[in-house]
This record gives sequence, C-alpha cells and structure tokens, in this order.
Amino acid sequence: MSTNSEVWVWAEQRNGKLMDVSLQTLGKALELSQDINGRVAAVLIGDDAGALAEELVSYGAEKVYLVADAQLKNYQSNAYTRIISELIEQYQPEMMLFGANIIGMDLAPAVAARVRTGLTAHCSDLKMETIDGKSQLVATIPGFSGGMIVKISWDEKRPCMATLSSGAAEKPEPDQSRQGEIITVDYQATEEDLKIQTMEMVEKQPAATPVEGAAIVVSGGKGIKSEDDVKLIQELADVLGAAVGGTRPARDAQWVVEDNLIGSSGKTVSPKLFISIGASGAAHYSCGFQKAKYVIAIDKDPQAPIFEVCDLGIQADLNEIVPALIEALKTT
Amino acid sequence: MALKIAVCIKQISDPEYFSQITLDPVTGSIQRDKVPAILNPLDENALEEGLRIKEKYEGSKLTVVTMGPPPAREVLDWGLALGADEAVFLSDRAFAGADTLATAYTLAEYMGKMGNPDIIICGNMTEDGATGQVAPQLAELLNIPHVTSVSEVEFIDEATIVAKQNIEYGGYLKVQVQLPALIAVVKEINEVRDVTAEGLMDAFDKDFTTLGAAELEADPDLIGNAGSPTKVVGTFKQEIDRQKEILSGSVQELAQKVREKLSEANIL
Repeated sequence: MSTNSEVWVWAEQRNGKLMDVSLQTLGKALELSQDINGRVAAVLIGDDAGALAEELVSYGAEKVYLVADAQLKNYQSNAYTRIISELIEQYQPEMMLFGANIIGMDLAPAVAARVRTGLTAHCSDLKMETIDGKSQLVATIPGFSGGMIVKISWDEKRPCMATLSSGAAEKPEPDQSRQGEIITVDYQATEEDLKIQTMEMVEKQPAATPVEGAAIVVSGGKGIKSEDDVKLIQELADVLGAAVGGTRPARDAQWVVEDNLIGSSGKTVSPKLFISIGASGAAHYSCGFQKAKYVIAIDKDPQAPIFEVCDLGIQADLNEIVPALIEALKTT
Repeated sequence: MALKIAVCIKQISDPEYFSQITLDPVTGSIQRDKVPAILNPLDENALEEGLRIKEKYEGSKLTVVTMGPPPAREVLDWGLALGADEAVFLSDRAFAGADTLATAYTLAEYMGKMGNPDIIICGNMTEDGATGQVAPQLAELLNIPHVTSVSEVEFIDEATIVAKQNIEYGGYLKVQVQLPALIAVVKEINEVRDVTAEGLMDAFDKDFTTLGAAELEADPDLIGNAGSPTKVVGTFKQEIDRQKEILSGSVQELAQKVREKLSEANIL
C-alpha cells in the first residue's frame, strides 16, 4: 500500500467541544494508519474551530482539514455532506471513519452514497486482515442483536467507510508537543446546502451517570418490578460507585434512562465489573456487556441464559440477595 | 394541499427469536427458516406518521413500498389494511444480497422514476441489520434532504417542514427542510393504530404493483450483490468465554463469597 494513504476521521464538535466518540475513533484510526503505513487526518467542521484543530493534533492527528464558517456552527446535513464528499474527491483518503452516534449515523451514509463507496455501521472493531493473499480492512459487527458476529470487508472502491460504536476504541492520550499540519478549507454556501438548515440545537447533560466509560455497571431487567426493587438497585450502585443500566423492559418501565439501555439497540459497555440483576439474558442484551472484565449474574430462574454468559452466577431472589450484597460490599 | 407520501417498510426476522438463528455447519450461511417474520417495529411508526399526514391533507396519497423476497409482500398487505392507498413491491432475484447502498439505489430507482413523492418516511432503523443507513442513502441518491431520528414533524407550508431530530441524552436539533425530503422516525413520534376489519376488507381492492429489475430499468451493476461495495467475509456464532461459576449457600454466605471473589479478582 502506498505510504501516502490517509486514514480520515470526522471529528464532530458540538458547541465547541469535541465528542468523545470522535476521539475514540481517532484512536482506532491511529492503529490502522500504522498498519497501512499511512497518516491520520481529521476533518473538522464548525464555526470558530481553530483551537479544536490544535486539540486534534495533540490527540495524534497529523493533518486537520479545517472548515470554519459561522453557518457551520451546528450540524447542517447537506452542507456537511457536500464539504466532506468534496474533500474526499480531492484528497482520496484510503479510509474514513465516523463515530456511530446519532449525528455521525445521519451524516456518514449520505457521504458514502454521494461518493458511492461502502459503509459499515456500528463496528465493534476494525482491523487489517489478510484475505486471499491481500491485506484488507475488515470490520467486526454484532449482527442479529449480538447473537452473531459478522465480518465485513470492502470492494476496491475507496475510501473504505465505517461508523465505530462508542466504547469500541480507546481515546488516545493527548500530547501538546505533537505537531501537525492544519489545512484551512474555504466554505461558500450553495442553494443546495440551504435546503436543510439546523435552526437550533439543544444539548442536554446525561440524566444519570452514563454507563459508557463507567468502571462498574449495575444493570437490571424485567425482574425489577416495584419501586422498592429499583431503590435496591440504586443503593447497590451507590455503594459501588456504579452507573445504572438496564434491558429494554427496564427502559420501557422508565427506571433506566434511554441513554443507559444496554445491548444491541443501546450501549456496549466494557467495565471491570458488570452486575446483571433480574434479567434473563437475551442475546440482544448480553452482547452489550461481552467486553466486561467480570460479570456477576443474579436471577431467580436457574434456567436463565444469563448464567451462560457470567463469571459468577447467583440463583436467588433479588430482594434477599441484593440487601445482603449491599451490606457485604459497604465495608470494602 | 395534496401530498404524495411514500413509506418504506421492511419485513424482518422477529428479534424475539434471534437466539434461534443458527449457522449451517457446512456452508456457514445463516439459517433463519424457523424464525417468524414481522414488520420492523419502527416501520409501524413510519406508516402511522404517513397516515396522519395523509389524513390531515385532503387528496394526499400514501404508497407503501418494500424490497424483499416473495414472502415480504405480507408487510405491504398489512400497510394497505392500515390505510395505505397502494403498495409497491420491489422483488427480483437480482436484488438479493444487496447491502445498504444497493438497497438504497433500488428504492431510489423506483422513487425517482415512478414515485416522485413529496415526502418519504422510513423507520429510523430495522432491528435486524440495525444500520440505519438505507434512509439517508436513499435521500442522497434522490438528491433530496433527509433527517434521521425524527420525533416530531410539523408542516410550515406545503413545501417546508420543521423536524425535531433527537440527539443523545434527550437533546435535539430543530431542522427546517424543503420538500421533497425524507424523514426517518423514532418510536416517540406517535402511537400506532390497530388494523380494523374494514381496513382488512378494503385492502383487497387496492393497487398492488410488483416491479423487478427490468421494469425499473435498473443498472445491473448497481443492484443486489454486484452493486454492493461491502461484502460479508465471515459470520460466527457469538461465543462468550466466561467462568460460569454458580454459587450456592445462604444469602449471607453468597454475599460474602461475592466479596471474596471480587477481592481475589482485584476488582474491589
């Protein structure tokens, strides 16, 4: 592969702050660029984003394509799609990665369709592998709610595009001494761009400690029925300093916030300890914590599949075992 | 104002049965013949939103569209029973093996050449592939704007909508969009209706059109497997290697054991 190959990352900023998932994606891009002997470049779009470009350099971007204009402060679907597509056509990167959050998932497919290249969604990993004697990028994707692992590769079209799930890669350590090239790109709005305009963006802070990035996660399922049960879960989480997540039934019962839903339609977490309580362990749930270091499962039903995917299983009534656990762990 | 509304829907394997999907030990291909098929849940919300717009603007016409193998026509019958005016079934062996780009291309061939809708509504993602990519790609290939993750939509005038696009942690964008456009909706957008006996009866008299690659005059290099820039190179059953140690004893003993285990494993 040529040594000029670039691995691009769309560095999303919201209100002048770089998104964590973008920095994680940059971490993955650094790995891949080493494998192909290439360079990492970030594409940054915003209003007054010069300082963020420097920040991206400190995280390891060797180049930053910076497009700054007051009209681009918030995400603008048509404008962003056009800007990135034109940059791709001009510079021809080898790969282009996006964080798989909501705006990344709105933008990446449009860019891929415009440049007519392949895009894989919600990758849990990206690696160079040798297939048919050729080194190729391969994406690992949880399919069928996590019961299956699907490996996907790209044909000869470039760039290979992918969206990377939150938590799938680690954010690199910043280093202020790093040097990088910042390439400023002019922006001129077209009639096409203005067919869709973001009038307002309201960002909210998480209503509960986010499960992603938490060292310990306590997670509940449909076995959590009463308000007292919910209190017990919360108390255990407090004792452990844990974030609270849950299954779809827990989300539907509204004691777990949407953002802390664990599984294929929610978050993939990799804490050092994951405690699952009152969840039977359907594949679409358990794929969400397969990267946890240690898993404790508590459920009444000895036949529950959760006991097949745990390190330590306790078949007991949560109303009895959880208070005992709270007592036992309080003193640690 | 009368609108042409198109709703894209998909038949999927019932997620409740995903654990029963197996791999053929010889060919490695996915076996899902014993798994029941359903209409993708978010597509019900897409249909509902389409029906509400149609009911609000007299003279509007709602076309329900899917691409899939022959059994997938069932979801179109369902759409007609709920109140869609006509159904379009894109079905051809040549469409098989399509990734999101080839799927979007096929849908765009129909929409661009025959449908010309003012608004296209999709579910934000399907629960099988869960990529959420087809909707924005379809819009892009038609050269119309799109908004995903839509929880509210309001018509400002006959050519402009404002959509509320949900983002993380309950935040949102307010997006103003010129029609024709595509929106992909999330569950919160509406409560879906039930099919009525009358709706089921009426469905028989509605137009149902099946179109293949030839009728669409689709480029054979852009459909199905041939038109898909991404390729599946392997499928594996998820294996999770865990210790699976099941504890027994009184509740107090169990709690103490957990504590010991966590200390041993250097977690606490």
